[in-house]
Amino acid sequence: MTPITVRVDGAAYTDDVEPRTLLVHYLREQVGKVGTVVGCDTSNCGACTVHLDGEAVKSCTVLAVQADGCEVTTIEGVGQDGLHPVQKAFHEMHGLQCGFCTPGMIMASIDLLEDNPDPSDDEVREGIEGNLCRCTGYQNIVRAVRHAAAEMRGGGGGSRNGHVSPAVVDTAAAPHVAVQA
Amino acid sequence: MIPAPFQYVRPTTVEEALQAIADGGEDVKVLAGGQSLIPVMRLRLAAPETVVDLGRVAGLRGVRDDGDAIVIGAMTTHSDVLSDPLIAEHAPLVAEATATVADRQVRHRGTFGGALVHADPAGDLPAVALALDAEFVIAGQSGRRTVPAAEFFVDYLTTAVEEGELLVEVRVPKLTGSWGMRYEKFNRVAQAWSIVAVAAVVRRENGRIAEARVGLTNMGPTPLRARQVEEALAGAEATPEAVAAAAQRAAEGTEPSSDLNAQADYRQHLATVLTRRAVTAAAGL
Ligand SMILES: Cc1cc2nc3c(=O)[nH]c(=O)nc-3n(C[C@H](O)[C@H](O)[C@H](O)COP(=O)(O)OP(=O)(O)OC[C@H]3O[C@@H](n4cnc5c(N)ncnc54)[C@H](O)[C@@H]3O)c2cc1C
Ligand code: FES
Ligand code: FES
Repeated sequence: MTPITVRVDGAAYTDDVEPRTLLVHYLREQVGKVGTVVGCDTSNCGACTVHLDGEAVKSCTVLAVQADGCEVTTIEGVGQDGLHPVQKAFHEMHGLQCGFCTPGMIMASIDLLEDNPDPSDDEVREGIEGNLCRCTGYQNIVRAVRHAAAEMRGGGGGSRNGHVSPAVVDTAAAPHVAVQA
Repeated sequence: MIPAPFQYVRPTTVEEALQAIADGGEDVKVLAGGQSLIPVMRLRLAAPETVVDLGRVAGLRGVRDDGDAIVIGAMTTHSDVLSDPLIAEHAPLVAEATATVADRQVRHRGTFGGALVHADPAGDLPAVALALDAEFVIAGQSGRRTVPAAEFFVDYLTTAVEEGELLVEVRVPKLTGSWGMRYEKFNRVAQAWSIVAVAAVVRRENGRIAEARVGLTNMGPTPLRARQVEEALAGAEATPEAVAAAAQRAAEGTEPSSDLNAQADYRQHLATVLTRRAVTAAAGL
């Protein structure tokens, strides 16, 4: 066992971990941050993305001992008062279906927007290339990220990339949706 | 899956790290960014007895100016490389290729040195180091030695770094004169490894190509220089026709593998196409 001290979502933790413990398992099982999920065994899907000292990383590909002395932010810590603008935008723009990829998508998107506050559609797609979604086809994820970007820049227009709106839902193609609504 | 149990050591100097490797038993692994090592340990393809973490070793991270070369520390992360002004000025090819590596999360952790020592045939940085005639500074308990790129990549996943040694830094010579560079990568989806890629570095003089260096990614177990192309380009007119004719020779003597992504003969075809594109762009045509 190796002792580590980590700040997670603003609170300090001191724990003994086995060196082989992955950061994601430490966060979920010892700290209880189950908002961060594991979606693959190959470092490909990005579902486990958290911020380590302010940078997005795949927490399944970091050992907990490597995070000793560092600051970790998970999806549970991004909203200060209520939802973070990127969380809000995923909600408003229908940027999720099953929601499994969403914590990682949001953590990667926040990191992208710090580097590039006004990304184009292509820049969003490339910026979150390390995150896979099996449900949405990405279209509304891209819209959500751009909507959040505009929100975070402070609504005064000025987007070099034009207006963003949610996808038009064609209920005619899926009548049961209209019936249930 | 989680890795098999191991002893974890976190040295703070190169000397301590070398000692830890010497003391670590039969199977010791050095941990840099962990973006290749942790995945193979999770799949239990590697189960080292001891892991020596270089994360806190002083002096291995960053880029410095050393007169006729820039020196890139082994622990410089891919994202450090992308924002470094010395690399942007003297070796923009390194940044161009690094931007195509993996995704932002992996680039925050993965290191320049780790990618070179790992020497995956599909890795993007080995062919770039080869095309730039980089030199590798390797530390062992008996001192330091410098190995030229042409001798660094020995075989599949094998470099001149011997057991008990560490890569500490890489010297990239500054180019003088009017050079252009380009990395052309072909892959299936954004974050995937190269199926084939080509690094080209070209010096033009009076409307001619004075010198060209061409590195090939994933055209064999190690990165390669396309020597026949380089010879055909030396002194050639800087025209699209001359470049296209030379690029036809890019696959000569190569033995690429066949896998799920591509058959060997398709890789050889790609090498000629990507060489034409990379040299054309590097020559400013
Ligand atoms: C999803 C994903 C996609 C990727 N896509 C690409 C891609 O498109 N192109 C690409 O080039 N790479 C890609 N990579 C690999 C990435 O570039 C890694 O960063 C790199 O291969 C290894 O660097 P590292 O610092 O993480 O090394 P580690 O994983 O820590 O180490 C790798 C190996 O090198 C040894 N080693 C590391 N540093 C030293 C040193 N200083 N001295 C001696 N030995 C050392 C280790 O012992 C280990 O055997 C990808 C990785 C992932 C997870
Ligand atoms: S769980 Fe898939 S990348 Fe981490
Ligand atoms: S919403 Fe289901 S995986 Fe993305």
